[in-house]
Amino acid sequence: MNPLVLWFHKIGSPPTFYRIAGVLAPWCFAIAIAVGAFALYGGLVLAPRDYQQGDAYRIIFIHVPCAWMGLFAYAFMAVNAFIALVWRIKLSEILAMASAPIGAAFTFITLVSGSLWGKPMWGTWWTWDARLTSELVLLFLYLGVIGLYHAIEDRRQAARAASFLALIGIVNIPIVHFSVNWWNTLHQAQTVRLMGPSKISGDMLWPLLTMALATHVWFFASLFARTRVGLLELEGGKDWARDVALAEATRERTVTQHG
Amino acid sequence: MAEFFAMGGYGAYIWPAYAVFFVVLAIDAIAPRLRRKRVLHEIRGKLKRRQSREATP
Repeated sequence: MNPLVLWFHKIGSPPTFYRIAGVLAPWCFAIAIAVGAFALYGGLVLAPRDYQQGDAYRIIFIHVPCAWMGLFAYAFMAVNAFIALVWRIKLSEILAMASAPIGAAFTFITLVSGSLWGKPMWGTWWTWDARLTSELVLLFLYLGVIGLYHAIEDRRQAARAASFLALIGIVNIPIVHFSVNWWNTLHQAQTVRLMGPSKISGDMLWPLLTMALATHVWFFASLFARTRVGLLELEGGKDWARDVALAEATRERTVTQHG
Repeated sequence: MAEFFAMGGYGAYIWPAYAVFFVVLAIDAIAPRLRRKRVLHEIRGKLKRRQSREATP
């Protein structure tokens, strides 16, 4: 086998990934919180008032990064679901299922913060326009994947069934993304664009992009923490998982004796 | 400071949005920790049951 494939197999083995994720997760959480705090200071204190929306626009600094994360988590879940279905790699099954609740959390924040932004700007909490409806469908898809995963007894069969549902749900992703261009309704069009200039001033843009960075790092922090638990659960009968369980029990005992 | 919290009259919309953001992400961080404790407890329980089964002839 070529060295790259060999390396990939090593990283993909549950005990190795468990160890690496354990080292990375706390760092990711710490970096996400530090970068996020910096972004919030920029967004809530330094950034100027919007000439049309006043201070209400400041919801953008959580609404838009969370909306991006809802789509990013889905893409991440779908790629891993595909790998899990085609190559039956255990780690991919766990990664796909671990990203579902994180994506659901970000999508939920997007819907609630959007509603709280819509009330003062549009005069309504909710409207059945394309963007809002497809975002709600995204949340239901996440909940469907989580629900299906927990409805089946065998963990690996459950992961494959839920992965299949995740793949079907991909059709919704372009609808969420392009809905503001296809249908012109209450939701405003894209402000930040990868291609071409963004329609936002620089002192509002940098806190937004910094927050996007923080939420991405947070995603991986939570993903690593969740994947570790998923691997322990799946491999509970293996030696390495038992060693972890026993070592943890010893550590807890020492803490209660000395602490 | 009061002016900062008033957010030009939009404080009633902005702060709940940020509160939801923090609460949901806090739950997102705590949930795997609690589940980890439960899973490790279950693994130890299974191990103990198996050992006592093997000990009795």
